[in-house]
Amino acid sequence: MTLHNQNTAAAELELALTTEHFQKAVVDHHDAEAIERASTSAWKDVWYRLSRNWTAMTGLCILTALIVMAIIGPWLTPYDFSKNDLMSTSLAPSEKHWFGTDDLGRDMFARTWMGARISLIVGFAAAFINLIIGVIYGGIMGYVGGRIGDIMNKISEIIYSIPDLLVAILLVVVFEPSLLTIILAFCLTGWINMSWIVRGQIIQLKNQEYVLASRSLGASGMRILFRHLLPNTLGPIIVMLTMAVPAAIFGEAVLSFLGLGVQLPAASWGTMINDGTKVMLLYPWRMLFPAIMISLTMLAFNMFGDGLRDALDPKLKK
Amino acid sequence: MKRRTMFVLLVLMLSVSTLLSACTSSTTPEANKPTETQKPNNETKTDPPTETAAKQEFRFNIGTEPPSLDPGLAQDVTSSTILSATFEGLTSTDQNSKVIPGVAEKWDISPDGKKYTFTLRQNAKWSNGDPVTAHDFEYAWKRVLDPNLPQTSPYNYQLYYIKNGEAYFTKKITDPNQIGVKATGDYTLEVELENPTPYFLDLTAFATYFPIHKSAKDNPAWANEANTLISNGPLKVSSWAHSSQLELVPNEHYHKRDEIKLTKVTAVMIEDTNAILNMYETNALDYIGPPTNGGIPSEQIPILQQTKKDEIAIKPLAASYYYLFNNKQKPFDNKKVRKALALAINRQLITEKITLSGQQPAFGIVPPGINIVNDEYRNQVDGNYFKEDIAEAQKLLAEGLKESGLDKVPAFTLIYNTNDLHKKVAQAVADMWKQNLNIDVKLQNIEWTVFLDQRSALDYSVARAGWNPDYNDPMTFLDLYTTGSGNNDIGFSNKKYDDLVKAAKKEVDLVKRRDLLASAEKILIEEEMAILPIYYNATAQLLKPNIKNVYVDPLANFHFARGYVE
Amino acid sequence: MLRYMLNKFVFFFLAMFVLSSITFILMKAIPGDPFISEKAVPPDVKARLLAQYGLDKPLFIQYTTYLTNLLSGDLGISMKLANRAVVDFIRDSFPLSLRLGIAAIFTSVIIGVTLGMTAAFRHRKLMDSTAMIIAVLGVSVPSFVMAAVLQWLFAVRIPMFNVVGLVQAKDYVLPTLALSAMPIAYIARLTRSNMLEVLHSDYIKTARAKGLNSWTIMRRHVLRNGILPVVTFLGPLTANVITGSFIIEQIFGIGGLGKIYVQSIGNRDYSLIMGITIFYGLILMTARLLTDIAYGFIDPRIKLGKRKEGSA
Repeated sequence: MTLHNQNTAAAELELALTTEHFQKAVVDHHDAEAIERASTSAWKDVWYRLSRNWTAMTGLCILTALIVMAIIGPWLTPYDFSKNDLMSTSLAPSEKHWFGTDDLGRDMFARTWMGARISLIVGFAAAFINLIIGVIYGGIMGYVGGRIGDIMNKISEIIYSIPDLLVAILLVVVFEPSLLTIILAFCLTGWINMSWIVRGQIIQLKNQEYVLASRSLGASGMRILFRHLLPNTLGPIIVMLTMAVPAAIFGEAVLSFLGLGVQLPAASWGTMINDGTKVMLLYPWRMLFPAIMISLTMLAFNMFGDGLRDALDPKLKK
Repeated sequence: MKRRTMFVLLVLMLSVSTLLSACTSSTTPEANKPTETQKPNNETKTDPPTETAAKQEFRFNIGTEPPSLDPGLAQDVTSSTILSATFEGLTSTDQNSKVIPGVAEKWDISPDGKKYTFTLRQNAKWSNGDPVTAHDFEYAWKRVLDPNLPQTSPYNYQLYYIKNGEAYFTKKITDPNQIGVKATGDYTLEVELENPTPYFLDLTAFATYFPIHKSAKDNPAWANEANTLISNGPLKVSSWAHSSQLELVPNEHYHKRDEIKLTKVTAVMIEDTNAILNMYETNALDYIGPPTNGGIPSEQIPILQQTKKDEIAIKPLAASYYYLFNNKQKPFDNKKVRKALALAINRQLITEKITLSGQQPAFGIVPPGINIVNDEYRNQVDGNYFKEDIAEAQKLLAEGLKESGLDKVPAFTLIYNTNDLHKKVAQAVADMWKQNLNIDVKLQNIEWTVFLDQRSALDYSVARAGWNPDYNDPMTFLDLYTTGSGNNDIGFSNKKYDDLVKAAKKEVDLVKRRDLLASAEKILIEEEMAILPIYYNATAQLLKPNIKNVYVDPLANFHFARGYVE
Repeated sequence: MLRYMLNKFVFFFLAMFVLSSITFILMKAIPGDPFISEKAVPPDVKARLLAQYGLDKPLFIQYTTYLTNLLSGDLGISMKLANRAVVDFIRDSFPLSLRLGIAAIFTSVIIGVTLGMTAAFRHRKLMDSTAMIIAVLGVSVPSFVMAAVLQWLFAVRIPMFNVVGLVQAKDYVLPTLALSAMPIAYIARLTRSNMLEVLHSDYIKTARAKGLNSWTIMRRHVLRNGILPVVTFLGPLTANVITGSFIIEQIFGIGGLGKIYVQSIGNRDYSLIMGITIFYGLILMTARLLTDIAYGFIDPRIKLGKRKEGSA
């Protein structure tokens, strides 16, 4: 898109060039020190690099499309996602049922997008909770430092060495597989990587000149942490998030396979795929659509995440 | 420099291997074991399908590791499938679940129906060649009832029919000689019962009543490995690769050795439905069906009925699937409300569109296949206690609500244990109630143990239930809901019904007994609708056409010991 | 170095203790009676069963017994499979999982590193995109879908392999493939980005400028620094393979520990779940410990006692 626009702009420019377009520059020496171009913030720069990376943009487009469909998808079809119709079970995709129907005659199109909601909620909610805990814990750990920071770090290392999926499985076995337990299960150990990244960044940043300057101007610790330190760690945090979301979505799918997936009238992609694989050869569409969606989500997150990492790390763009 | 690189690579490799070997150092010595036991299997698996046809071998799936091959401890279908081929009780059952002689050649029953004298055949042998005697039975039964056995048999109440059996287990008496079982000779066994029990001979064909070899005394784990497992049935376990497969070969000492034609039976333990079908498809399995439930996904059945006409069979099972009402809770304490809910369901639609494996709509609780007075109970007692009728249901509901002083059915929850089929049936039933009676039902799936807890604590409104018979007699269904019964989880209490069941338990005359039971069923369903019958169960099986004489009996037991390959 | 290792060991034991305690607490928090069954169990039978598993004792006593038993390597007795100790299950079935796991780990490392290097050397060329597409597909397709499709395609449609089992050498092919798809993808991407970083680094440029031939540069600098980070991935890789085995062993009917674990979850066989969880925990933590120690040997910065901030 962007590329195309630039080309046409350049072409127009070339065609339209006449002497009329040239005029004498008036040099005002008072402004010699002023910067002509509006200063590009670091974020604009990242966005610029990102927008020129077609894989990342494709990923972003797919993601946006999936999220939009998760929101409006179930209303695009007249069929309700939970309405049984025993007279039309396991129908192949058709004009009426775009993705076919399942074993109780429910419309797979509506269900797939309801499933998208559940899966995306699991993914985003888990990532978000991890983000909050991780940033707070990591921020304190890094900023306070010293003995307390050390102890906090040790605690997080112990928690980190506990295998996450095992604890998740145990937790879901104990407390019934509901949306909340599944999300919480992925948050038990998920925040630790985040907190370490934040800690590392903050330790690196907190002795930089601008922080010292701020401190000498009497800024409070909290202000320094939230105003100066955290915003500067955003990059790695966002990259981390693009990994945490699909990890939780996939984790939920694994739990579904173990029979511990979300139990609601609207199934998640994981539970739908798991149901579908059982009749894979007879009614392939029942596995195919949710499987394609989950794969697309993974693909999109990976493409976008990679692009973002490249964009945030200009070193690689030589 | 070159060395450094090598070193790095070495570390890389080492860390991969140490990482794995270090954590298994304790298990390495045994690492070879499963391989050895599995080796023979190697041959079967690689056999081209044409060759197996000539071999007298049979391969089927039991889904999971059998929880116990100790007859005294087993309580599940998987274990009893293997046990009934490797052990033999006093009696045995045939294709129609009728009693035939087993280790006992003949038996005498006293006129009051309380004393049985079994005469054992003298040529019955254990797989190690020892003779099977009446003492082995006495030992086995008393062992199950022993309150000091290191491992308690969860099914030992199956032996409470025997005089003082319960008293001994609950330590009300301490002298094992008072238990009503005695070997009066090597080949004579005398059994005294608490009550006349017309189905006692069915019970003696049941795993808990199987004999046990004396060597079990010194080795509580005798039934855990193939080499210590001594059995007396047509087949014996020759190898047991835990969680992978069991291999059975003929017991050379079996008294009817000539009837056993198979030279090897392999029972694999696979749960994944796709894998099971794929194995059948590629000739790695000869049979799919009970004891695994759900071996064939129900949705595949209509298709298989077209593509594999000669191999698929639908077998009715003597089991009922129904919903429980909490008879103590408003508005389900009103029988008109209960009836309305029962009448408003289209059972045919459920069996034809959801369960799909030959289930039959149920209008009573005792399923076909259960025998009484030497014939099927349902042939003698009409089971249509009510008729589906939406208009009638709406009328009954209105009346019932009025009697309860309500103007509509309060929203309630239908609970079921987590399972695909239960979920589908519940969704369909809820939908029908919504459409026909405009009742809002919430569905909730609950984990098995919690589900049972809630059910027995009457902490529910409507709950799923199913009952598989313990023995082939209507009593196994009809004494469920007597006042004070451990299985009465519906809060139902009806004096007339209790009296009828109690009378039937003492009745010696078989015809009178049948009529007493029929009246009890009539009260339970037609008059009270204490439960909501949905369907009588059935199962689908796939069997390769060249395999003969393997079958599922109405009690869902799978018999294969006398099968052969054509 | 010694201090570093000692430190790691202390962590290992602390983490094991926390894991066992969590497991214990969670298992005690489970609602429902473990011995309840659809057919009413008489109260005295139930009481006997509870006593047999020591469940009638006060919680604290249960906890201390449990911990002392753990120390002596006793993981308890299965609740659903009569008379069988949890260690017996592990002894019987773990070797199968181990063999499959080793096959999967080697396959992932070899294929992953090869793909990653190819991609890096052919940066922004066809090979790069192809390798990365393979890698992304690997992380995008759920393993149970991949396994089911592989099984149908290569065992039923084209009967090259057996549907289930792990007896002959060729039986390893399908489950290993299904199990390695995800780690291959991760390793390939990890290797690629590390390689790229190394290839663009100043010391390589210096080496080039010095006129070293590309093979020498490759051997001495690029390979070494590019592949090293893969070692750090061995911990997560083990975790990945174990998680994968829950699914793959089920689909390919392999009687390994993963299959038993899944079944014990299905049966709610609490003592078996607890025992296997702790065993898996032990393996994973050992894997991490070894990775850390191996990394300590390799990374000279650690020898000096300085640890990278936030090293995972």
